[in-house]
Amino acid sequence: MATTFDVSKHVLVPKHAKVGEKELKEVLDKFGIEVENLPRIFLKDPALESLDVKEGDVVKVIRKSATAGEAVFYRRVAA
Amino acid sequence: MHKDLEEFQEKLPLKLLDEIEALAPASKLKKVAKKVLEEYEAARIDAGEAVGLISAESIGEPGTQMTLNTFHYAGVAEMNVTMGLPRIIEILDGRKSISTPSMEIFLKSPYNKGEKIREAALQIKETKLGDVVSEYGMNIVDLKIELKFSAERIKELGLTPAAIGKVIEKPLASDAQVKVEGDGLTLRLKEKEEGRGLNALYRLKEKCKEVYVSGIKGVRQVLPVKRKDEYLIITFGSNLKKLFELDFVDTTRTTTNDIHEISEVLGVEAARQAIIDEVFRVIETQGLDVDIRHIMLVADTMTASGEIKGITRYGVVSEKASVLARASFETPIKHVINAALKGEVDTLNSVVENVMLNQTVPVGTGLPSLVSKKEK
Repeated sequence: MATTFDVSKHVLVPKHAKVGEKELKEVLDKFGIEVENLPRIFLKDPALESLDVKEGDVVKVIRKSATAGEAVFYRRVAA
Repeated sequence: MHKDLEEFQEKLPLKLLDEIEALAPASKLKKVAKKVLEEYEAARIDAGEAVGLISAESIGEPGTQMTLNTFHYAGVAEMNVTMGLPRIIEILDGRKSISTPSMEIFLKSPYNKGEKIREAALQIKETKLGDVVSEYGMNIVDLKIELKFSAERIKELGLTPAAIGKVIEKPLASDAQVKVEGDGLTLRLKEKEEGRGLNALYRLKEKCKEVYVSGIKGVRQVLPVKRKDEYLIITFGSNLKKLFELDFVDTTRTTTNDIHEISEVLGVEAARQAIIDEVFRVIETQGLDVDIRHIMLVADTMTASGEIKGITRYGVVSEKASVLARASFETPIKHVINAALKGEVDTLNSVVENVMLNQTVPVGTGLPSLVSKKEK
């Protein structure tokens, strides 16, 4: 890849961040679900390159939304 | 953000908060926000509502009004790209190879001002040997082909006969020996082929025309266009991964219409956004009005597994937990037999299987179950 290519800088890629344990518990309680119920994202996903995550972690995706301005989405990291 | 609005931050979407702050007088912010919150909660869709069904109808009905086929726009500078219903089907099916892959390449300065844009375009376009050769000389006695290059063309591409020889050596290795001779190349037929003489020589001539020389594989056509006040390059054929290796490409805005490629290079989240953008663009150009939320729901479903799954029996339907639900979509016998062989259990948690068994479906008012308090 060219030296200037950075996945996270692309217009289509929203911000990804790792979710801490405390926050994760809050989220799961809020929706009344288990971690397994969350949509998945693969560990090899290019957007996770710069994040320090392992299988089983949960990432938070802060999307720019046409309707809400900003929308938060959660994905479980799967192999 | 204004401090009066802070308590609403969790309850109202950012867009509404911004709007309130911009439009309402500062002294009444709290009051307005409260009223907005009331309206917002009343307008929000209820838990247990069958949103998928609503989306299906809201996209399906306008779909019937779309042009069923694409037209060729003669004389328009833009290239002909699949639009309309075929394009929507292509996206929602999650097809791996689409009918008109195309990239929109933004360039870094100074290229985006139109300077040297021709050079940039030529570097992107896939060049085959046949594009740079001006003359083929068939030497029947020695069973070899003498290639003469168009000096102008190889200069434009920054190539030399020696460099071309190096690139084509490997793909042609099984058929011929490549040798640089002055301004041209000679392809000498391999000995084992000599017995077949002329025929093999002719076949080699046709084959060598198609050998890759330079540029980005898969990009068959390039078209520099001016949009607003910058120049960009639209291509026919798509290869995002290779393109991002070029240093004059603006890797923050360049996109393709091949959703699988986006998923591969930029991730699922980018692919989800691309699905929404592409579907919405088609619907918009057809003059139809579909709420973007329906498309968002579809895109979310398609990308929920971490990769793109089409709305087909091989895609999202195959992910369903219920045997009966899968069987009710397409190829029922296959599903029932496989489930029987594996001894699958259906827990009847979703809609379709309960409809089949004439039971209450877990949507809307069928969702909550009764909880009674025991008297002590």
